[in-house]
Amino acid sequence: MKKYFQLCLTFIKIGLFSFGGGYAMIPLIEKEIVEKNNWIKRDDLLDMIAISESTPGPIAVNLATFIGFQCGGLPGGILATLSVALPSFIIILVLSSILRTSESLKTVQYAFIGIRAGILALILKALISMYQSCPKTTFSYFVIAAAFFAKIIFPALSAIYIIISCGLAGTIHTLLLRNKCIKGGTGQ
Amino acid sequence: MKYLDIFLVFFKIGLFSFGGGYAMIPLIQSEVLARNWMSSEEIINFIAVSESTPGSFAVNIATYIGSSTGGFPGAIFATLGVILPSFLIIALIQKGYSKFQNSIYVKGAMSGLHPAVIAMIGTAFLSVGETVVKQDFYLSLCCGLLFLLSFFLLKKKLHPIAIIVLCAIAGISIGFIGEQFHFL
Repeated sequence: MKKYFQLCLTFIKIGLFSFGGGYAMIPLIEKEIVEKNNWIKRDDLLDMIAISESTPGPIAVNLATFIGFQCGGLPGGILATLSVALPSFIIILVLSSILRTSESLKTVQYAFIGIRAGILALILKALISMYQSCPKTTFSYFVIAAAFFAKIIFPALSAIYIIISCGLAGTIHTLLLRNKCIKGGTGQ
Repeated sequence: MKYLDIFLVFFKIGLFSFGGGYAMIPLIQSEVLARNWMSSEEIINFIAVSESTPGSFAVNIATYIGSSTGGFPGAIFATLGVILPSFLIIALIQKGYSKFQNSIYVKGAMSGLHPAVIAMIGTAFLSVGETVVKQDFYLSLCCGLLFLLSFFLLKKKLHPIAIIVLCAIAGISIGFIGEQFHFL
């Protein structure tokens, strides 16, 4: 019982201090989960981070679910997931009414005009770092171009279809490559 | 029915969001704009709110849209909807996760998803860029310069929240100076 309570508190804390997306919270998770509570070994955490990146959904939520399950089974998983989302849920709920009433103010509108320029810079930086970590293969370039132009040429097309197609294309391409390797191997 | 719709839309968004906050902007735009829950500009403004509050963009925008379209229950349905796919998928794979990690299907899917994420962030860049460029000449010029300054400061490792605060102050100054000198 005490462990579940501890798990909740830890993930509320992680959720409360995770500004700027999942990657920013990794050092905090490491400190709380690995060093302070010894719930998980550092190497296992690295594996979990890698998996949380490759499954859909926010990386923070994925990691919380993962660690919760590993520490306390199904109840642990549920509690950790809800706990990590709770702080932002409350904060946005409180902010949303303020935001809606203040959005008509001239000062707020001007502030957002400036902020959009800053957001553009943040997106460009994310774009560059995502590109740097991508394998530079012909297939990657082909998928980037195809997905980009599909979204530009058909703006009404939901991004979901583009994402599904790219995932499928990647799977088929990888399987074909493997089959080719196997065939090449037996032929010799 | 309304709550079910909110829940399902955010379940879908949670299920297909790869690669973090900015990569989901096109996905959120296509789902949310189609239902008139938020305007394109409001979504972009909300990116700033989400950057300056704790929590991930997906969960934050789910809570926000949920509460503005369906009050407190709406916020609950939207938030649970967006985190449920993550929960279910991790619950399924967490036992034998090394098998998942080494699966050729997963590796293959990732080899297509990673470039897709780059393309999605690219289109998000264009759609935010459009709101910056499509203003009065005075505002576009000032915001263009502000963008370059922000990017430079980001490269110098300034924290994103500091960038947002700086840009908010700059935006207010730009607006009132423009009014003073009749640029606006």
